[in-house]
Amino acid sequence: MEASRHWRLKQERYTLMGEICPHCEEKIFPPRDICPACGENARNLYKYSGRGEVYSFTTVYQAPAGYEENAPYTIALVRLEEGPMLTAQLTDLGDETVEIGMPVEMVTRKLRSDGERGMLVYGYKFRPQLARTISA
Amino acid sequence: MVNKIKTLHDILIVGIGITPVGEHWEKSIRELALDAITAARSDAAGLKPQALFVANMLAPYLSGQTQLAALLADFAGLRGIEAVALEAAGASGGIALRQAYLALASGLVDTALIVGVEKVTDHASAELEAALATASDADHEAIHGTTSTAQAALLMRRYLYEHNAPADALAYFSINAHANAATNPNAMYRRAIRIEDYTHAPMVSEPVNLFDTAPLADGAAALILARDDRLPETLPHPRVRIAASAAASTTVALHDRTDPLKLSSAAESARLTMQQAGLTHDDIDLFELHDQYSVYAALSLEAAGFAKRGQGWRLALDGAISRDGRIPICTFGGSKARGDTGGATGVYQLAEATLQLQGRAGENQIANAKIALVQCLGGAGATASTHILELVDGS
Repeated sequence: MEASRHWRLKQERYTLMGEICPHCEEKIFPPRDICPACGENARNLYKYSGRGEVYSFTTVYQAPAGYEENAPYTIALVRLEEGPMLTAQLTDLGDETVEIGMPVEMVTRKLRSDGERGMLVYGYKFRPQLARTISA
Repeated sequence: MVNKIKTLHDILIVGIGITPVGEHWEKSIRELALDAITAARSDAAGLKPQALFVANMLAPYLSGQTQLAALLADFAGLRGIEAVALEAAGASGGIALRQAYLALASGLVDTALIVGVEKVTDHASAELEAALATASDADHEAIHGTTSTAQAALLMRRYLYEHNAPADALAYFSINAHANAATNPNAMYRRAIRIEDYTHAPMVSEPVNLFDTAPLADGAAALILARDDRLPETLPHPRVRIAASAAASTTVALHDRTDPLKLSSAAESARLTMQQAGLTHDDIDLFELHDQYSVYAALSLEAAGFAKRGQGWRLALDGAISRDGRIPICTFGGSKARGDTGGATGVYQLAEATLQLQGRAGENQIANAKIALVQCLGGAGATASTHILELVDGS
């Protein structure tokens, strides 16, 4: 079940809450408390815009246990516009062809489900940026 | 020649055991390990080890077994000796040698047995993918449905993109591995392939195709180590010493790396070994690197300094990695064609490199091989362990 494990991560999973280092201003996502750039404590919260671009991507056909019902699905490394990179699924692609550099934005979706009686885990995925957000 | 390694005594590999990689439905994890241990002890003229170091990644998930080292020590007739298992995903084998090396170098242990073992074929594909995905960051990668193949695919696509390389740029890593496995009796796929086989192969996770991935299978390999003041009176084979030993780490998650196309742990551990041994790239006769996916072969050649960034694939294209090339790699087929045995991989590599240096590699022999660089990676390279093995003159 691991309910508490996912509950602990709700801020980053639902709102892209990360950190910014008060010493060197390194922006950090996912949050990790010690700044990877300068080694000092970095617990100042920083909320990311949710906009970024595709750094690389692929399709998973042979899914791990717990993800089979979603297969095939697209996984990407997304470079957030503030700098950090994260791993996430791409969603709402429709007929769009994914390319490196494609602008994407964060949405909240179901990440996995553990059977009829199991827990549903929600979190961030990324979809192609809508026209209004690109021009903004 | 700065910082050359200083130990009072040489630490030698005095016996090796290699078992065939494949689908061993009839054998349990303990039986697989015993076959390799028995072969290695026989190869070392019966030398009894004082300590057992087990390299394994998946037994807790796939065999429901922790304390694997105690289990294997008992099953192998070594009940009572110190025994510990080391886990660093695909780097477990190199890490096990590293720990055994430290134990022998400390003087507190005189002889050691290392066995790498993995038992995977009791499970279906979805369970294996989930077990392998434990080598990624559970909270920030695996939760999104990543797999080890997907990680390699993310790197491979970016590699081809950044370096403007053709779609079949990595083909010759696979072709080389299959050519070398064709004459390896312990290999899973003893069949050479052609460029057409690669270019027509089905996609597994674009741009990774079937021939960019190594087949995960059962296997076990073992090494016996001894300090040179604790050797049996007669050793049946030429002596191979551990000339350098190193390990390094970097972020588990790909997205946390400043430059995902740089395997910094591989680069650092390789640099440390070259420094310890006082060697340059020209001194290396063969490089057993970790080719679980073909992109890792290219990135490893670049990390170790055999090619500039973005140029590793050209060494395969130019034939430099073949058995008569400038820097032969995966001389018994690598993970790609010998078969990928998870945490046992590093022990296979080390045993194969030892055969090369002892002149016992049969049809796979690299002419006049004296010095081998051996490196294995955990997951997408969060852990890397590198060793240099050297034939002892006049042995």
